[in-house]
Amino acid sequence: MYAFTYHRPATARQAASLLAKKEDAKLLAGGHTLLPTMKQRLASPGALVDLSSCADLKGIARKGRNLVIGAMTTHAEVAASPEVQEAIPALAYLASHIGDPHVRHRGTIGGSVANNDPAADYPAALLALGATVVTNKRKLPAEEFFSGLYETALDEGEIIVKVSFPVASKAGYAKFRNPASRYALVGVFVAKRGSEIAVAVTGAGEGGVFRWPEAEAVLKARFAPKSLDGLKHTAKGINGDIHADAEYRAHLIGVMAKQAVAQATGKAG
Amino acid sequence: MANLSMTVNGKAVTANVDPRTLLVQFLRENLRLTGTHVGCDTSQCGACVVHLDGKAVKSCTTLALSCEGASVTTIEGLANGGALHPMQEAFREHHGLQCGFCTPGMIMAAVDIVNRRGNSLDEKTIREDLEGNICRCTGYHNIVKAIASGAEAMGKGAAPARQAAE
Repeated sequence: MYAFTYHRPATARQAASLLAKKEDAKLLAGGHTLLPTMKQRLASPGALVDLSSCADLKGIARKGRNLVIGAMTTHAEVAASPEVQEAIPALAYLASHIGDPHVRHRGTIGGSVANNDPAADYPAALLALGATVVTNKRKLPAEEFFSGLYETALDEGEIIVKVSFPVASKAGYAKFRNPASRYALVGVFVAKRGSEIAVAVTGAGEGGVFRWPEAEAVLKARFAPKSLDGLKHTAKGINGDIHADAEYRAHLIGVMAKQAVAQATGKAG
Repeated sequence: MANLSMTVNGKAVTANVDPRTLLVQFLRENLRLTGTHVGCDTSQCGACVVHLDGKAVKSCTTLALSCEGASVTTIEGLANGGALHPMQEAFREHHGLQCGFCTPGMIMAAVDIVNRRGNSLDEKTIREDLEGNICRCTGYHNIVKAIASGAEAMGKGAAPARQAAE
């Protein structure tokens, strides 16, 4: 790692002010992407603003029809939360399958969302559930927030405070994991809110997380795994690498979508 | 350099460290607690697992300064004087180690599994929760047995019954 100065503010407001004042400052959430990147010298921030003591960025609460999760809430906390398990069980399931237990004790929802790794799990949940990313400056709907590979709509100095999820009537998540990294080779999150259906795909797209309108259309007619029979996603625009080529990933999108719908409808075997 | 204070294995420690210092470096190089190992150094293998405020974390991917004011337990903090912790004793009894390099992380992860899931653990649960710990001798079979037995022994507050290792 290259040298940096270290700061640990107690509130999001203090963090924002440090971020503005310190040259070349970066936010540190759980650190499970940023620290390895710094160790490889692929990132060399001049200052780290550690958010781990900002109590106002933590916590899980049900607010009316929304489930609100603070940015510094860890994956382990989301997975174990009775509020999340009751409101959106698929979200607790998703959190319980990120990385491994030790990683889940450190990694945070805010960090995952801000990094927008094309194989991360949370972006699919945010997009399918129609979540809102609340920052210290504004509110961003998920479809505007995720703008490309590792790219988001966040401005310089902007901090994610919380993520607000409308509670879906049905939701499911299925992923085919890279057995070494546990990142999604392909992950599909499906959500039904009233008559609206959303199918969001992570791990597969060249531009990061995306929606699959053809699957949404057939699921709108009937929300059942069978509705997806015979429906194939094109391999165009799909990632190919040493782990899986584009054809294989495209095939997995259909398979994972079916499993996600089965989970959402309580038919998972 | 920055001042750092935390509790390690029940003892208060203070130091002046470079902000780049990882928790594992602080433990090994400053405190000479070399039971915590560095395996992959990329948060995959789990050889560096310690408990931070009671939760298993990878100390190669945690800054020492992030642990200001925290309580850290390493493998050296498990045994009670000359008596092994029940989980350590179970690893010994069931031959849950071959070369031993992954063992400190395995044992710290195992105690964390018991803390989260209780004393009665089935094989599937143990194997799933060991996802973050790699044994390159591939000696998982006895590790899993040791954890099931150690978990039970922790519930009884005693060392596990002596059994021949298979």
